[in-house]
Amino acid sequence: MSPILEVDDLRVRFTTQDGVVSAVDGVSFDLAAGEVLAIVGESGSGKSVTAQTVLGLTRAPNATIEGAVRFGGKDLTALDDRELQSIRGEHIAMVFQDPMTSLNPVYRVGDQITEMIRAHRDVSRAEARDRAIELLRTVGIPNPERRVRDYPHEFSGGMRQRVMIAMALSLEPEVLIADEPTTALDVTIQAQILRLLADLNAERGLAVVLITHDLGVVAEVADRVLVMYAGQVVEDASVDDIFYDPQHPYTWGLFGSLTPLDAPQHSRLPQIGGAPPSLLSLPPGCRFAPRCPHAFEKCSQAPSLETRAATGHLDRCWLEPAQKSTLREVDGRIGLRQVVSL
Amino acid sequence: MSTGEPLLEVTDLVKHFPIKAGAIIEREVGRVRAVDGVSLTLREGETLGLVGESGCGKSTLCRLILQLMAPTSGSVRFQGEELVGRSRRDLRPIRRHIQMVFQDPYASLNPRKRIGQIIGDPIELHGLASGAEVKRQVQDLLDRVGLQAEHYNRFPHEFSGGQRQRIGIARALALRPKLIIADEPVSALDVSVQAQIINLLEDLQDEFGLSYLFVAHDLGVVRHVSDRVAVMYLGKIVETASATELYDKPFHPYSTALLSAVPIPDPRRNAARERLILEGDVPSPIDPPSGCRFHTRCRWATEICSAEEPDMIERERAHLAACHHPRNVEAATHGAGNI
Repeated sequence: MSPILEVDDLRVRFTTQDGVVSAVDGVSFDLAAGEVLAIVGESGSGKSVTAQTVLGLTRAPNATIEGAVRFGGKDLTALDDRELQSIRGEHIAMVFQDPMTSLNPVYRVGDQITEMIRAHRDVSRAEARDRAIELLRTVGIPNPERRVRDYPHEFSGGMRQRVMIAMALSLEPEVLIADEPTTALDVTIQAQILRLLADLNAERGLAVVLITHDLGVVAEVADRVLVMYAGQVVEDASVDDIFYDPQHPYTWGLFGSLTPLDAPQHSRLPQIGGAPPSLLSLPPGCRFAPRCPHAFEKCSQAPSLETRAATGHLDRCWLEPAQKSTLREVDGRIGLRQVVSL
Repeated sequence: MSTGEPLLEVTDLVKHFPIKAGAIIEREVGRVRAVDGVSLTLREGETLGLVGESGCGKSTLCRLILQLMAPTSGSVRFQGEELVGRSRRDLRPIRRHIQMVFQDPYASLNPRKRIGQIIGDPIELHGLASGAEVKRQVQDLLDRVGLQAEHYNRFPHEFSGGQRQRIGIARALALRPKLIIADEPVSALDVSVQAQIINLLEDLQDEFGLSYLFVAHDLGVVRHVSDRVAVMYLGKIVETASATELYDKPFHPYSTALLSAVPIPDPRRNAARERLILEGDVPSPIDPPSGCRFHTRCRWATEICSAEEPDMIERERAHLAACHHPRNVEAATHGAGNI
C-alpha cells in the first residue's frame, strides 16, 4: 500500500538562551492508510514535537524546521498557515493528552463541535448540530441529544477525551494523530478509549499515529512501532518484531523497566541507569552509549538507522544481531543487564 | 518481610465533605462520601498496596491516616495509640514515624528552599540533631537515595522529575519513620525512572525495615511492590488479599475488571486473552448507588445487589471480598455468601 503520510528526515531545532535544542534529529517514517503507528519514548525524546511538527504546530520564531512532511502530494512544512488550516482537522486531526484543558470551558461541547464543522463545511447550524450528536453517539457518549448542551466541566475525563475524539473525527480525516490520548485516564477508561480507536481504525480505515510511553498500549493497538531516544528513532519495526525480537538496548531497557502483571514480585527491576542526555549537548557517538552496559569502542561513532537483523526491522546499534538474543536476556525476560563497572 | 505486629489499624474510617448552598445562611444540601467506612491493617515491615480509579477516595484516605484532615468518624491507631481527636501538639511525636511521599515531584518541594533545608529542617524541628550533624545526616541521606552530597546547596528546579522524587524520599526518610505513605509515587515519572524509584523504595525497605502504604492506579507496579493489596471503589474497600491471590484469583468483579483493563505488554497474549471492559464512569460519590456500589457497572448484578450492601467476608484465608456473587470461589462457599 502506498503511504498517505510521509515524514522524511525531519529535524526540529529550537534556539534558546542556553543554546540550540535539537528536539528532533532526522526522523523518517511512512504511514499507510489504515495503519496504526506507535511512537514510543520518554519525556524529551522528541515524539510529541515530531507529531506537532506534522501539523505545523511547532512553528515559532526560534524554531528551525528541516526535512519534509508529505501528504496528498504536498510538503506540509512548506505550506503557509492558511493552506495548513485546510489540512488540519479536514485531513489530519489531532487529539491531545490532557482532556481537561483542551476544551474551551465557557462553550457548550456541542457548540465547539459545530463551530469546527461550520468552519470547514457549508452546512446549516441545525445540520451541524445533528452531525455533532451523531459523532458523540459514535464515540460512545450516552444521551448525546442532551449532552451536546452540556459544558466541558459536566463531563468526566474519559468523556471529555471522547468529545475530543468526536471533534477530531468531525471532518472525517484520513489521519488521526493521538498524543498520549489515555495517559491522564484510569485504566478502565483507557481500555474503553483504546477499543474506540481500534474500532474506528477497523471500520473507517482511519490511519493513526499514536504517541505513548506505555508499551502495554502499544501491544494492544499498534501495527508498527518507532522507538525514539534523544530526538532520534533508534528502532523501527513491526509490533511483533519490537516485542519478540527487539534490537536496540534502549528498547530492552524499556521492557526491563516494566512491571507486568505476571512478573516476579519484589525482584530488582533491570533498570536503565542514569538519565537521558541533554538535548543541548548530545554525546558525539551513539546517544545511548553513556547509559548502555553493552557499549564498546565502536559506539563512539554514531550508528545509522538501518536494517541489521531482518527486513523491515531498522535499528541504530553497533552490536552484532547474533549476540543480542543472549545480551538482552535478564532473569528469563528482556531487560538491560546491569554491568558492574570497574 | 512482615513480622506480624499490626503497626497501623484503621477502623470504620469515614470522611464526608458537606456540600453547602445559600449565600448568607449556608445549609448542607448534600455530602461527598469520599471515604465511607474503611478498615484496614498494616503490619510491621509489610507493604500494603491500595488501588482504585481516580475519585475512589485513595488520597483522602492517606490524608486521614496522617491526620492532615479530621475524619468524620472512625479510628486510626498507630502502634496501638489512637490518633483521631489528638491535638497537633500531641500528634507531633507520632507524625515523626509516619511520613509521606507525594505524587507530584514538581509541586511537593518548596522552590525557594535549598535541598539541604528541605531535608534538614524536619530533622532539626524534631530535635533529632543540630548544627553540623544535620548537614552530615542530610548528606548521608542524599547518598543513600542515589544523589550526591554536593546537591546539598541546590534548588529543586535544578533537578529532573526522578531526582526530585529521590529528594522527596530522602525527606520522608530523614526522621527515621516506621511507616511511609506513598501516594502515587511513580505515576508522574517515565517508565525507566519508575523502575529506578521502585528499586530504591524496595532497597530502603530492606535496609530500614520500613512499612509502606503504597497507593497507585498502576496495578503492575502495585503487584510488584506489595505483600497485600486492597481494592477501593467509591469510598469503600471491596477486596483485600495477598498480592498473588488477588491477581491470580480475584473474587470481586471490580477487581477482575481492573485487572482486565491493564494492557499486557505482549501483543500475542494481549490479543488472546478474554477481557472484561467496564462500561461508563464511576458513579458520583455524592449519591452512591444503593446496595453494592458497583452494581450499576457489574455484569453479574442481580436484585439483591441493588437492595443489600454486601459485607466483607473472608472466603479464603486472608482473602476478603464484599460481593454477593464473587468470582473464582468454590460453589460451597459461594452459596454461604448469598444468605
